[in-house]
Amino acid sequence: MRELLHRVGSCAAIMMIVCLTFSAETLAIGVDKPLADAALEARARAIHKQLRCLVCQNQAIDDSNADLARDLRVLVRERISLGESDQEVLDYVVGRYGDWVLLNPPFNIRTLALWISPVVLLLLGGVFAVVILRRQRNQPEAAPADLTPDEQARLKALLDDERGKS
Amino acid sequence: MRLTHVLPLALFVVVAIALGIGLTLNPRVIPSALIDKPVPEFALPPVDGKPDGLTAADLRTGDVAIVNIFASWCGPCRVEHPLLMEVARSGEVPVHGINYKDLPRNAVAWLNRFGDPYTRIGSDRDGRVSIDWGVYGVPETFVVDRNGRIAYKHVGPMMAEDMHQRILPLVRELQSK
Repeated sequence: MRELLHRVGSCAAIMMIVCLTFSAETLAIGVDKPLADAALEARARAIHKQLRCLVCQNQAIDDSNADLARDLRVLVRERISLGESDQEVLDYVVGRYGDWVLLNPPFNIRTLALWISPVVLLLLGGVFAVVILRRQRNQPEAAPADLTPDEQARLKALLDDERGKS
Repeated sequence: MRLTHVLPLALFVVVAIALGIGLTLNPRVIPSALIDKPVPEFALPPVDGKPDGLTAADLRTGDVAIVNIFASWCGPCRVEHPLLMEVARSGEVPVHGINYKDLPRNAVAWLNRFGDPYTRIGSDRDGRVSIDWGVYGVPETFVVDRNGRIAYKHVGPMMAEDMHQRILPLVRELQSK
C-alpha cells in the first residue's frame, strides 16, 4: 500500500512537471508582457495564432520560443495598441514576409491548386466510384454454367443409385 | 486498357511527381515579399566605435549596393565573411552592413578580428529595422539597384558560387543599366 501511494505520488509529480513545461501558456506568456487591456490582448493573441513563425516554420508565433517570434509578438501588440485593425496588423506583417507568414493561406492565383485540389480529388474519386458501382449493377448475376456431360453422367448415376435403394 | 484501369495509375503518377518535386525544395528558403520593392524607410545609428550609420537615403544615391545582415554571434556569418572582404577589396560595389541584435563592443571586436568589409554599418539593436527588411535569419544579403529597389535576396551564408555566379553578375547587370 505504501509503495502504491509512493508510485501514484511520483507519477503525479512527473505529470505536473510535464504539464508546466509544455503548457502553451507558460511558453508564450512566460516571456512577454501582455497588454493591460484584456480585449486588446485577446485580439493580439488571436493574431499571434494566425502568424507563422519564420524560424520554426510549423508553429504559430504564439507558441514559438524563437527570438524573432517574440519580436513579432511584441510588434503585433504595439500596433494593436496604436489602434490598428486586425487586418492592418496582418497586412503589415504580410507586407514584409509575404503570404507565407499566414498559417491560413489566402485564396489567390498562386494558392489555387492548394485550395481546389481536395475538391477536385473528391469529385474524381466520386465519379470513379459511381462508374464502378453502375457497371456492377448493370451486369445481371451470371447464371451458373450448365453441367458438363461428365457431371451429368455422375449425377444420373447417383440418382439411379438412390432410386435403386428405395 | 480501360479508362478506369488507367486512371488510378495516372493519378498516382501525377501525385508522386508533385510530391517528389516538393521533397527537393528547401523549406528554409521563403520567397521574399520585397523583391522589386523600394528599400524600407529606416535610419540606423552607427555601431559604437564605427563612423557611419546606415539609412534608406544611403541606398538611393544612384549606386548599386550590397546590404548584408550580420551579427558577431552568428556562426554562418563567418563562413561568408571572406567573400564580403574580397568584394570590398575589389571596390566593385559598396557593401553595407546591418548589425543585427548585437552588442556594439562584440560587433567591433568581430570586425577588428576578421576584417571590416562594410562601407557603412547600421546598428539594429532591437531587430526592428531588420523585420522591415523581412529578415528571418542571419546572415541575409540583399542587392539594391540604382533606384534603391531590392533586386535580390540571399538567405543564409553565401558560398563562393552564390557570390560569383549570382550576386556579382546581377550587380554588374544592374550597374550597366
